[in-house]
Amino acid sequence: MSKQDSSFAIRRLHSLLGVIPLGVFLIQHLLVNHTATRSEEAFNTASEFMGNLPFVLFLEIFIIYIPILFHGIYGIYIAFTAKYNIGGAGYGWHSTYRNWMFSLQRISGVIAFVFIAIHVYQTRVQVFFGEEVNFDMVHQIVTNPAWLVFYIIGIIATVYHFANGLWSFMVTWGFTQSDRSQRVMSYVSAIIFVVVSFIGIQAILAFI
Amino acid sequence: MSEKTVKFNIKRQENTESKPYWEEFEVPYRENMNVISALMEIQRNPVNTKGEKTTPVTWDMNCLEEVCGACSMVINGNARQSCTALIDQLDQPVKLEPMSTFPIVKDLQVDRSFMFDSLKRVKAWVPIDGTYDLGPGPRMPEKKRQTAYELSKCMTCGVCLEVCPNVNDSSKFMGAAPISQVRLFNLHPTGSMNKHERLDALMGVGGVAECGMAQNCVQACPKGIPLTTSIAAMQRETNFHMFKSFFGSDHEVE
Repeated sequence: MSKQDSSFAIRRLHSLLGVIPLGVFLIQHLLVNHTATRSEEAFNTASEFMGNLPFVLFLEIFIIYIPILFHGIYGIYIAFTAKYNIGGAGYGWHSTYRNWMFSLQRISGVIAFVFIAIHVYQTRVQVFFGEEVNFDMVHQIVTNPAWLVFYIIGIIATVYHFANGLWSFMVTWGFTQSDRSQRVMSYVSAIIFVVVSFIGIQAILAFI
Repeated sequence: MSEKTVKFNIKRQENTESKPYWEEFEVPYRENMNVISALMEIQRNPVNTKGEKTTPVTWDMNCLEEVCGACSMVINGNARQSCTALIDQLDQPVKLEPMSTFPIVKDLQVDRSFMFDSLKRVKAWVPIDGTYDLGPGPRMPEKKRQTAYELSKCMTCGVCLEVCPNVNDSSKFMGAAPISQVRLFNLHPTGSMNKHERLDALMGVGGVAECGMAQNCVQACPKGIPLTTSIAAMQRETNFHMFKSFFGSDHEVE
């Protein structure tokens, strides 16, 4: 029974892809965005460089699109097969830190999935309609306050999902076993969340 | 007429299919009473607070000293054993519910077969049956024995499954108890001779990979078993097992 079953490998792949390549890509993406805080030209140069990498379509498909679709779709399946049990009268201890993280990981994952789908449509897909990905394109989007709020929520959710995902990645792959190492990793992941969120928000505000 | 009483609000259900309903009871207080002795009182005189005669409340129990796990139920929102739930320490009315993650047999009695089936699946035992004496077996290092002793306190009560967000009808996750038992039997010098069989089972449907790491289990465990450490240890072991089985040939001889 177990030998033929692939769910273990799929779950491990899901965990791995979340960090490599998706987590790495997220950081790299936010860093490229951050060049917008210097100047419009700096961002355009950086984004042009990324857009003109050799075999860019190949890179996009295998490093971004396939991993993100797999991680996203399988992740939604995971999110909808949980029974959330935070809070409630008399359920005091259910509201523990990790149970919150568990629920938020799934909520943020669904938000990130929707956000990324819309974000890809607004930027990458527009290339096929003759638009060019540059500072102005993002500027057009985020000058609308509703979209700006949407983007900020999307960025925070995605970064949270990454930072907390790193914590469970460390458990899944057997790095953090003891209570102490898991606790230390909680702090590390909280710091990563704050720092990367800051970079992301600072970058998006530079486009206004 | 100022006799002290204990109020109960009990979630009842006639059988597996029927709809649950709440019924209130009031039983005379006795010193050092626990939930089970109150339930026995209701059994003796099955009359609810409205004065109506009703059916006696059904529940499961056996050892009455928190080592068998049979009398687990949700008391005032917390899954725990009713034998060690002392009335003096509980807010009233005492709310009693069955553990909802298991099929309900009747009232507070649930069917925990899911967990026992998982224990069978992961082969949570040391196979020593044979036609001849196998001898005393290898010695167990003291440090391992101490860890194993903690893990061996598991009484399969089901509390860790009840509080787990990933153990539910739409998931096949086996929960913390059977995973921790794999660690226990893989720690055993003789048991470890079959560790690959247990790891294979843990890597199947509902196995260790489906843990969501909400870590409620370790908070709720009445025996204080380091369940999340066990799960993390098995996450690591199954990874090694996966790589060894795919790339290496160690698993053929080990």
